[in-house]
Amino acid sequence: MDYFLGLFLGGLTRGSIYALIALGYTMVYGIIELINFAHGEIYMIGAFTALIVISVLTLMGMNTIAILVIAGVIAVVYSSAYGYTLEKIAYKPLRAAPRLSALISAIGMSLFLQNYVLLAQTSDFLPFPNLVPDFEFMEPYAHIIGSAEIVILITTAIVMILLTILIKFTNIGKAMRAASQDKTMALLVGINVNRVISFTFVVGSATAAIGGVLIASHIGMINFYIGFIAGIKAFVAAVLGGIGSIPGAVLGGFVLGWTESFATGYISSDYEDVFAFLFLVLILIFRPQGILGRSDKHKA
Amino acid sequence: MEQVLKVQNLGMSFGGLRALDAVDLDVGSNEIVALIGPNGAGKTTFFNCITGIYTPTEGDVLISVKGKDKPKRINGLKPNKVTEEGLARTFQNIRLFPGMTVLENVMIGRHCRMRSGVVGAVLRGKSTIREERAAVEYSYGILEKIGLDPFVNEFAKNLPYGAQRRLEIARAMATEPFLLLLDEPAAGMNPNETKELDELIKRIRDEEGISILLIEHDMKLVMSLSDRIFVVDYGRKIAEGTPEEIRNNPAVINAYLGDEADA
Amino acid sequence: MITFGQIKKAVLVSIWFMFLTFPIMVIRVNPVEHIVEWRWKNMLLVGVGSFILSFVWHYFIRRKELGAQKAELGEWAEAIPLAQRIRSKKTLYKPALVAAGIFALAFPFIFSLYQTNIMASALIYVMLGLGLNIVVGLAGLLDLGYVAFYAVGAYAYALLNYHFGLSFWMVLPIGAALGATFGILLGFPVLRLRGDYLAIVTLGFGEIIRIILENWNEFSFGPSGIANIPRPSLFGIDLSVHNATIYIYYIMIGLCLLTIFVVNRLQDSRIGRAWIALREDETACQAMGIDKTKTKLTAFALGAMWAGMSGVVFAAKTTFVNPASFTIWESIIILCIVVLGGMGSILGVIAGALVLILMPEYLRALSEFRMLAFGILLVVMMVFRPGGLIPNVRRTYKFEGVANDEKS
Repeated sequence: MDYFLGLFLGGLTRGSIYALIALGYTMVYGIIELINFAHGEIYMIGAFTALIVISVLTLMGMNTIAILVIAGVIAVVYSSAYGYTLEKIAYKPLRAAPRLSALISAIGMSLFLQNYVLLAQTSDFLPFPNLVPDFEFMEPYAHIIGSAEIVILITTAIVMILLTILIKFTNIGKAMRAASQDKTMALLVGINVNRVISFTFVVGSATAAIGGVLIASHIGMINFYIGFIAGIKAFVAAVLGGIGSIPGAVLGGFVLGWTESFATGYISSDYEDVFAFLFLVLILIFRPQGILGRSDKHKA
Repeated sequence: MEQVLKVQNLGMSFGGLRALDAVDLDVGSNEIVALIGPNGAGKTTFFNCITGIYTPTEGDVLISVKGKDKPKRINGLKPNKVTEEGLARTFQNIRLFPGMTVLENVMIGRHCRMRSGVVGAVLRGKSTIREERAAVEYSYGILEKIGLDPFVNEFAKNLPYGAQRRLEIARAMATEPFLLLLDEPAAGMNPNETKELDELIKRIRDEEGISILLIEHDMKLVMSLSDRIFVVDYGRKIAEGTPEEIRNNPAVINAYLGDEADA
Repeated sequence: MITFGQIKKAVLVSIWFMFLTFPIMVIRVNPVEHIVEWRWKNMLLVGVGSFILSFVWHYFIRRKELGAQKAELGEWAEAIPLAQRIRSKKTLYKPALVAAGIFALAFPFIFSLYQTNIMASALIYVMLGLGLNIVVGLAGLLDLGYVAFYAVGAYAYALLNYHFGLSFWMVLPIGAALGATFGILLGFPVLRLRGDYLAIVTLGFGEIIRIILENWNEFSFGPSGIANIPRPSLFGIDLSVHNATIYIYYIMIGLCLLTIFVVNRLQDSRIGRAWIALREDETACQAMGIDKTKTKLTAFALGAMWAGMSGVVFAAKTTFVNPASFTIWESIIILCIVVLGGMGSILGVIAGALVLILMPEYLRALSEFRMLAFGILLVVMMVFRPGGLIPNVRRTYKFEGVANDEKS
C-alpha cells in the first residue's frame, strides 16, 4: 500500500511540475494559437539562472532560505525576460505568416537557446543543491513523501490560484481572454494586443521558471538538455487536458505524472518517455480537444 | 422539369444548437436557384451539409444520376466524393490555392477526372502525357470562357479581388459539375463586377448546361438571376417561389426587416 | 541614414541583451568545486554585438515591411528569382548543368578520399532533404520524426545482413519499401492532425523508434548498436576501403539523380499538384475532389521511401549503426536543409544540403557553433526569407492560339 501511495504522490509531484510548465504552453496557445516550442528552454534557463545565483550566494555565505528565495525570484525575472525577448524576435515578425513558418522559427529558437547554454556554460550535468530543509513534522511520513515534494505541491497550488485570480479578475486577465477569443475585435475595443501577447509570454515563462527551480532542486542535477524533454512532456500534459484550458493543463499534468509514475513503478522504467508519447498519440486520435478542452472551434 | 438535386427534411445540430431544421429544397436541370436569408440563418451550413463538409443529422440529399432512374443519396459522403458525383462549390471567403498559378488552380479541379497515379507520373508514359495535355487544354478553355486567360501564369494570390472570385468559379467548373454551388459570389464586388458576374452565371447555365444554386445577399443580383428562390431563417425554410412571389411574401419581409416591421 | 532615434534604440537593445545574457554568459559556476568564474569580456562582446545586430535587424525588418507595402499597392517590383533567370535561359542552363555533372563525376579523382567521403555524406543529406521536401515542402506536413525512417533503413540493412546475410543491393529496395511502409503506418494515425499537432506527434514517433532501438536489446543490440556491416560490393567483388568509399560516392550520385528525377516528375504531375493544393488549403483541396487521405499517405510514403534508402547507404558507408545516430536533432538538421534551400524547391534543397553539411566540415573551428547557427538560421530564414535561398519556381505554360504547353 505504501508502495502504491508512494507512486501516487510521486506522480502527483511530477505532475505538478508538468502542470507548471504546461501552463505556459496553454496560455500562449490560447492567445496566438502557436505551440511555443522554445518554452521548455525557458524553463531550463530558469533552472540554470537559479543554479548560478545559488552558487554565487553560497560562496558569499548566505543562509539557505534566503538563497532559495533570492534565486527563485531572479530565476523568475530572467525567464520572463527571455520569454519576452523570444516573442519579440521569433514570433512577432511572423504574426501574419503561415503557421508553419512560426513553428519552424520556434524550433530554431529552441535549438539556439539549448546551444547557447551549452556553449556558455557546460554540457555536463551540474549538481543542483537541495534547498528545501527537512521539516520535522514531516518525519513520520518521510518514507512516502519528502519535504521537497510537499513544497512542490504547495507552490503549484499557490501558483494555480494566483493565475486563476489573474485571469478571472484583473484587467489584463480580461484582455487576455478577449484576445484569445478574437484578436481583431479585441484590437477594435482598444486592447493593446501586442502588450497582451507579451504579457502572456512573461507570465508563462515565470511559471515555467518556478517549475524549473523546483524540479532541479528535487532531482538534484541539471544540464542544457533538460528543457527539451520536460517541454515535450508538459506539452503532452497541455494537450491532454485540452490546450488553451488552464485547469486542463493542471489536470493533464497530473494524469501524465500518474501514468508515468505507475507505468515505471509497475511495468518498466526503460520506456518511461515512450508512455508520454503513446499517450499523446492516443489522445490526439481519440479526443483531440483533450479532457477539458473546448470542442472544435471550427476554423474551417 | 427534371430535378437534379433534391434535399428532403434536412436537419443539422451542433450539440444542442439546431442550425438547420427540416429544410426541403430542389434544383431542376438548367435552373438557377437562390438560397437567401438573414446572416446566421444557416445558409452556409446548408451548403456544407450538401457538399460533405458536415454530415447532416437528419434528412436526405439526393441527386439524379444520368442514365439511372433512382436518385442517389449523397449525404455522408466525403467532400471529394461529392465533387466526383458532380457537385462543385465555391467559398464565401475566397479559398484559392494562393501559391499556385491560375492555371494550376483550375487544373486541381481536373484532378478527380484524371487517373494517372504515382507510377504514371514518374514514368510519364504516353497516356499520362496525353491526360496532362488534355487537362491543360481543358483548364485553359475554361479560363478563356471566364475571361481569365491573360492571367494564366500569375500566382492566384496576385489577382485582383473580382478575378479571384471568378477563378473560384473556374476551378469549380473544371470538375465538370452538373450543379454549381456558389456561396456569396458577389460579396465585396463593385456594381460593375456584379453585373459581369450576373452575365457570367447566366452564360454558364445557358452554354454549359450547369444548374446553379447560389447563396447571395445582393438582392438585385438574386432577383435578376434566379428562376426560383428559397428563403431560410433560423435554420427553417420560411418561403419558396419565384422572385415575384418572394418579393411580396410577408414572412420574408418580416424575416429581413424583423424588429423594424414590428415596431 | 542613421538617425539619433535608431542609435538610442540600438543602445537600449544592447543594454537589454547585456542584462539578459549576464548570468549565463558572464558567470560560470562549478558547483562541485565551488568555483565561480567571471567572464566580463563576454559582456562586452554581447553589448557590442547586439548594438550592431540591432541595426542590421531593424534595417531588414524595415525593408521587409516596405516590400509588403509595395505589394499591397500593386507595385510589383519583385525581382525575378535567380533560379528562374538561369532556367529560362537555355544557353545558360544547359552548360551549367553539364559543368555540374562533370564536376560531380570527376570529384573523387580531383579531391582526396577524405573529401570524397564527406561529399558522400553530404549527398546522403541531399537525398534525405529531397525526401523530406515532399512531405514538408510540397504537402506542407511538418514531420519532425523523419529520422525514424532513416533509422528503419539503416537497421534494415544491419539486421538483414547480420541474420540472413543479405547484400547491400538486395536490401536497398527492401529499405525503400520498409521506409514507405513505416511512412504509411505513421501516416494513418496522424491523418486528422494539422500543423503543430502533427509536428509534435511525428516528433514523438521518431523518439519512440529511437527509444525502442535503444532498449530492445534482443532485437537491435541496444545502445551499443551493430558493427561490421559490409560495404557494398561490386558485382560480388569486395572492394578495398579506398575503392569502396569512391564506389559509395558514385552510388550516392546515382541515387541522388534518381531522387531528383522522380521528385521533379512528381512535382509536375497530378499527384504533385494535389500535394501543393493540400498545403495551400486543406478544405478547398478536398472540396475540389481530391482525396485527402490518399494524398497525405502518398506524401508520407514517398517521402519516407528515400529516407529508408539513404539509411541503407548510411549503414553501408559507416559499417556501424547505433541509436545515437538517429536523434531528433538529425530530423531538425534535415528540416534546416529544406527550409534554408527553399521549401518545395529541388535546386534549393540540394544547395541547402551542400551548404549545411559541408560548411561545418570545412570550418572545423566553428563546428561547435553549428547547432547554434542552425537555430539562428531557422529563425532568420522564417522572418526574412521564408521562401529559402532558391525559392520554388512553378511551371508556366505558353498558349498561342492553340493550347500547347512548353516549359519556359
